[in-house]
Amino acid sequence: MRKIQSSFAGKAVLTLVLIGALGLSVKWAMAADANPPGPEVKIDNFSFTPQQITVKAGTTITWTNRDDIPHTVTSTDLVFKSKALDTDDKFTTTFTKPGTYSYFCSIHPKMTGRVIVE
Amino acid sequence: MTKPIKDGILYDHNHDGIDRRGFLKCMAWAGTGTLCVIQGGVLQSFALNDPAAKRAKGQLTFVQISDSHMGFNKPANPDVIATLKAAVDKINALSIPPEFLLHTGDISHLSKPAEFDNVDQILKTASAKKVFFVPGEHDVLEDEGAQYRERYGKNTKGAGWYSFDKSGVHFIGLVNVMNLKAGGLGSLGHEQLEWLEADVKHLSHSTPIIVFAHIPLWTIYPDWGWGTDDSVQALSYLKKFGSVTVLNGHIHQIMQKVEGNITFHTACSTAFPQPKPGEAPSPGPMKVPAEQLRTMLGLTRVDFVRGKHALAVTDSTLV
Repeated sequence: MRKIQSSFAGKAVLTLVLIGALGLSVKWAMAADANPPGPEVKIDNFSFTPQQITVKAGTTITWTNRDDIPHTVTSTDLVFKSKALDTDDKFTTTFTKPGTYSYFCSIHPKMTGRVIVE
Repeated sequence: MTKPIKDGILYDHNHDGIDRRGFLKCMAWAGTGTLCVIQGGVLQSFALNDPAAKRAKGQLTFVQISDSHMGFNKPANPDVIATLKAAVDKINALSIPPEFLLHTGDISHLSKPAEFDNVDQILKTASAKKVFFVPGEHDVLEDEGAQYRERYGKNTKGAGWYSFDKSGVHFIGLVNVMNLKAGGLGSLGHEQLEWLEADVKHLSHSTPIIVFAHIPLWTIYPDWGWGTDDSVQALSYLKKFGSVTVLNGHIHQIMQKVEGNITFHTACSTAFPQPKPGEAPSPGPMKVPAEQLRTMLGLTRVDFVRGKHALAVTDSTLV
């Protein structure tokens, strides 16, 4: 019957649209994992790269340890402090207030970096 | 008992025309397990297995191990358990069993309880049952060293410093891995320095002194953090003593320096080697061909004979 057919077709279309939307949202979530929302600082060879980074207030920065030895990200003014990051571990923090934030690795204090927030 | 070497070594470390003791040549013998004894400014040697090297009366023998980094599992050494066990086998094979062990820190790699437990279990199989520790920077992550002190710091002060006496030798364990400042080196801190000054004040200047700490107490390579910011002050309290030996770890290779009455010595790691100063972009774990790994890991034996004022420091590799 026509009524049933059209409602069935309507349901089918609705289901297709929902699946499409789900697929898109999954893709978006995966993209967010692969590319963090803000800038990245790589930790490797006992260095922070880039050693100095300038960002706008409200930015979230992600540090990733690519070295084969653990490091930390420790603010000299104790504004932020990561746990010991082993290889591939990440640390993120959001900078809300403008200013200059010096930091270092508390395990290897010769490793230093700076975040400038505008 | 000891055969003087033919070519009387005197090595001028500081190029200042002053004779220094010939430790550098001794280092070249290290891999063959040679015992070098400094007596009256002359270097003497005999083989590690020489039956004449029996324990003389009043002799003290101990072994320093360092940087076991239990929990490390990257390509530079995927099995730090096996290499620590090999070090213990080496200890157990010594003709003179050591009276105790000194571990100069980086016991664990990530301060995890299971890592400390593993090291404890392996060291329990050593012929020497007593182990004295000082922490490395890898042992005090997250908790300001609370777990380290709970396990190894009973009867210590502050962050874990202490002293004790064995056979007339005064041992001092220092902690220079706490409260490190950005851009700085190792650090002893004011409280520990005050304690050290008081600890040695009333000792007679003929008391042999052995200081052990994780990060070197002399500046080897500042770019890589290989030194201690306030060690000069610490060493100034030890100027009056005729014999001071400083035993360190942290750099995962043997280095020695003699300066006046002080002999500085760093030990190999039992886990992985690190590059020589400046020979790599950074001081991280150094990957070598698998068959070479154990030739770059090792332990250090120290012998003291009372009345001789001589401390013999011998390094041997795991192979």
